[in-house]
Amino acid sequence: MTAALELRGIVKTFGELRANDGVDLAVEWGRVHALLGENGAGKSTLMNVVYGLTTPDSGEIVFDGRPVVIHGPQDAIRLGIGMVHQHFMLIPPLTVAENIILGQEITSPPGVIDLETAGRQVSELSQRYGLEVPPRARIESLSVGVQQRVEILKALYRGARLLILDEPTAVLTPQEIKGLFEIIRNLVAEGNAVIFITHKLGEVMEVADAITVMRRGKVVDHTTPQQSTPADLARMMVGRPVLLRVEKKPAHPGDVRLEVKGLVVHDDRKQVAVDGVDLDVRSGEIVGIAGVEGNGQNELVEAISGLRPAVSGQVLIGGRDVTRRSAKSRLHSGLSVIPPDRHRQGVILELPIADNLVLEDFDQPPFARWILRNLRAVFDYAAALIKQFDIRAAGPAEPTGSLSGGNQQKVVVARELGTNPEVLVAAQPTRGVDVGSIEFIHRQIVDQRDKGLAVLLVSSELDEVLSLSDRVAVVYRGRVVAILEGEEIDRDRIGLLMAGGAAA
Amino acid sequence: MFELAIHASDVTVFGSQTLVTATPLALAAFGGVMCERSGVTNIALEGIMLTGAFVGYAVAFASHNLWLGVAAAIMAGVLIASIHAILSISFLVDQIVSGTVINILAVGITGVFYRTFLETQQVQGPGTLPVWSIPVLSQIPIAGPILFQNAFVTYAMLVLIGVVHFTVFHTTWGLRTRACGEHPRAAETAGINVHFVRYLNVLASGALAGLGGAYFSLQQIGEFLPGMTGGRGFIGLAAMIFGRWTPGGAFLASLLFTASDQVASRATAAGIHIPPQFLGMLPYLLTIVVVAGAVGRSIAPAAVGKPYRKA
Ligand SMILES: Nc1ncnc2c1ncn2[C@@H]1O[C@H](COP(=O)(O)OP(=O)(O)O)[C@@H](O)[C@H]1O
Ligand SMILES: [Mg+2]
Repeated sequence: MTAALELRGIVKTFGELRANDGVDLAVEWGRVHALLGENGAGKSTLMNVVYGLTTPDSGEIVFDGRPVVIHGPQDAIRLGIGMVHQHFMLIPPLTVAENIILGQEITSPPGVIDLETAGRQVSELSQRYGLEVPPRARIESLSVGVQQRVEILKALYRGARLLILDEPTAVLTPQEIKGLFEIIRNLVAEGNAVIFITHKLGEVMEVADAITVMRRGKVVDHTTPQQSTPADLARMMVGRPVLLRVEKKPAHPGDVRLEVKGLVVHDDRKQVAVDGVDLDVRSGEIVGIAGVEGNGQNELVEAISGLRPAVSGQVLIGGRDVTRRSAKSRLHSGLSVIPPDRHRQGVILELPIADNLVLEDFDQPPFARWILRNLRAVFDYAAALIKQFDIRAAGPAEPTGSLSGGNQQKVVVARELGTNPEVLVAAQPTRGVDVGSIEFIHRQIVDQRDKGLAVLLVSSELDEVLSLSDRVAVVYRGRVVAILEGEEIDRDRIGLLMAGGAAA
Repeated sequence: MFELAIHASDVTVFGSQTLVTATPLALAAFGGVMCERSGVTNIALEGIMLTGAFVGYAVAFASHNLWLGVAAAIMAGVLIASIHAILSISFLVDQIVSGTVINILAVGITGVFYRTFLETQQVQGPGTLPVWSIPVLSQIPIAGPILFQNAFVTYAMLVLIGVVHFTVFHTTWGLRTRACGEHPRAAETAGINVHFVRYLNVLASGALAGLGGAYFSLQQIGEFLPGMTGGRGFIGLAAMIFGRWTPGGAFLASLLFTASDQVASRATAAGIHIPPQFLGMLPYLLTIVVVAGAVGRSIAPAAVGKPYRKA
């Protein structure tokens, strides 16, 4: 039997970085092939090569037994390769049908789009594969789960026989993930091939027929779920044994340090995003917020930080009402925030590490006197934090942008914890970070909790919330639908609540 | 009865002048719609119109043929727009910078050529494009003379409202154009050549603005004067924004702007003095109000102004 796809010696470099360093891969028809690897391992780059979005420096691609050269997505589409990208490639103001037919439009007369027929074809296709979508709805009005179905339909509409799914589960609820797996199984049952990219071990064990593990641009192993345990896979991914769970002692909560009362916050489009949230976080505990992305978490974090006004309700830090205070004054009253998107809000990539580490108090003594900065104090402080937080860098003067994602994130964590805060709001503290750094950051957060820090953890990785939190608040459509503690913290139950199911 | 007749003819003159003077604004705005819908800002419309006005006049003058002049104005618009396309699409130059360069270039080049070749000519100019009265339709009271007693560029503009609307919203080309203006990477993954789509739209905007330029020198006065477009390209852009990147909206916005000019000149004639600077500000003020979101959400194409680089 000929393989669906064979890659031989694919090399792709970005400057000094070898993102793909001689990758070989063979994917069979009728199989789900998992491509497993840490963030930055080179999985997306490899798939971009297959889809024609990047040109490899060298290497061969064989599709369905024939050597092929793929110059762009048009070539890939023509061969029958479809790709659902990690960040969806949909055009928000256009409708579902328009997005699906884009590039292969249904026309009558030639050149004029026939939306009637297009809508009908989309409906037929969606029924055939059990992927329900509303053809006339605009993408921007749909949930991410539905958007993903549109992406899959888009590939199928183009006649894809090999479907690449790049981290498809990152934005889905556990129930939606089950639905996706069913779709994947149906597709391979019809003889198609699916490449499933992920860094989540459980999913690989559940859905894959074959597994290829990548690390630092290279394939480290080929295996199957039958031949390996999750611990084996983790070791292959990281290159050393890893703790899959965070070790922590029971919490000893003290006084309430962060209190949110009846908070209502609007999003950018003036819609209610946080809808009357009540929460309190005590000294010495970690309260995790579980929820599918886009259920008001970002707005909640911004309202607590002072970056977004509260429409009504209150935010109290250490018992003081700070609802009308600026972000800066909140930082000075004991709040620290690890923002969800480090490149947009966490660090300034062009600045040296030292400057990023004092970003919040560079104008305060000892880092400044009157209008003059005291660079010696800044550099001494930075050197100490670099050591304490194990930031792998040439020195405090190195531009932050030249660090790896994990080390950039450690800069943010070091800055926020370095001021000995009373309250830490940690939003997606390990997003896009390697396993080694994840372990380190988790350790720091737990250690600080043990010393009395109050932590509000917001994460779209349910595993992270489950392993760190002492209490879990589940959010759905801007409301806290349940607060669970101890034995109640149960994966399936939380999954159901995240999807809007009533409290069990 | 007599009074009413005067009243009706007043309305006709007012309407007719409003429509005719809106012609270049609307054409520039349509150019802006095509261009920006594909993701390229085009503040060069002003310079393109001025170049169109000059080249159109020069060719008409030399060939004694107004229609060759109109064709040349369009070609000149395409040519100048291609500079904008090459700079901003292929060489990823900031689109505002590229547009500004072209605006300055247009003023300079047309000025120099005018002084060198045209200013000293004693010969009779090529005249202006003829006014065509459409039989029967132009007899309709009030609306007839306004809509059906015009010269070529104005008729073309009226037809183009529908043509541009249909192209942008109902054709394959339009769908691809909007995709490139909203999310070019998504368009590329759907197999679309983003640079090609943007190039053609920028060239189309050049053709539209070039035709707008022909209005000034070949329809309005039959002569070229330095700087004769007088910022109408920029007001056209304002009309495009006010009209929310749709040809119909841009046309109505153009009418609103020129109608206010008519009101001003009539008020002045009647002895009421509105400072002309005030009405000159109106398009920009209204645009600021729209952009500031006072009239619902502004809906600029999401990727407009951002050079697209392939991965
Ligand atoms: N366009 C690019 N320019 C420079 N570096 C890139 C580019 N795309 C990816 N990289 C780098 O290549 C490496 C592999 O990235 P990627 O393929 O996205 O990893 P994965 O999908 O496995 O998380 C990372 O270090 C990333 O920063
Ligand atoms: Mg990736």
